[in-house]
Amino acid sequence: MDPIETQQQYSDYVDKKSPNSPILKNCFNAFWVGGLICSIGQIIFDFCKYKQMDVTASNTVVSIVLIGIAAFLTGLNIFNKIGKFAGAGSLIPITGFANSIVSPAIEYKSEGYVMGVGGKMFTVAGPVLVFGISASVIIGIIATLFA
Amino acid sequence: MEFIQSIDWMQLLRCFVVGGLICIVGQVLIDKTKLTPARILVVFVTLGAVLGGLGIYKYVIDFAGCGATVPLTGFGANLAKGAIEAVKENGLLGAFIGGVKASAGGIAAAVFFGYLASLISKPKMKKQ
Repeated sequence: MDPIETQQQYSDYVDKKSPNSPILKNCFNAFWVGGLICSIGQIIFDFCKYKQMDVTASNTVVSIVLIGIAAFLTGLNIFNKIGKFAGAGSLIPITGFANSIVSPAIEYKSEGYVMGVGGKMFTVAGPVLVFGISASVIIGIIATLFA
Repeated sequence: MEFIQSIDWMQLLRCFVVGGLICIVGQVLIDKTKLTPARILVVFVTLGAVLGGLGIYKYVIDFAGCGATVPLTGFGANLAKGAIEAVKENGLLGAFIGGVKASAGGIAAAVFFGYLASLISKPKMKKQ
């Protein structure tokens, strides 16, 4: 075999050696699990509307309930199994955001409740909040210019 | 039960399909690029905020309901929508208040339930 000299060659080599992930099967699983999670959200939303709550409050209830369920299932180590099966299907819905907070919180418990749980909780969710909130501030500033 | 009769099944189907399709986009990014899950989450939230800010994501929500609000793009769009609405009320101050205010419930729930879950569960040892 030729010696690997450039990064591109190394990248090609890794691609050739690593097993092909069955992308169609992954996408199918992501589709129906993701769709199912959204549908559970929709049923909670419909129930809130049935109880005469307004749209904003209903959406918040949906987020809180789904996050609560995801946190609970992560604690029982069930969510990680769903995640392995569904990939993006459980990562992209708000459940993935909850899982990204709960997982390290449990993992780093041995480092103590303040710096372990409290600090490591945001290893993934931190960047999400940084970019999400920054984007919203920028959009707000732009909106001020057009107001 | 009266509630079950009130469910709009076509709405539920649109929610399932659109929510699933958004997840497929994420799955293709996982399989075809070397982006880590953290980066994919950041991409989805930021993209949602931009689409929300441009007023495009609103139409997806009108069509698919929770199929659009539950994925993280919806979280981003909600941040943007909150900021824009608060700007209308408070001017520039609203740009800093609105986004977090609109998604406060989700953020607080994630932090609180996360802490709670860490109290009740033990870390799993990785099997060698």
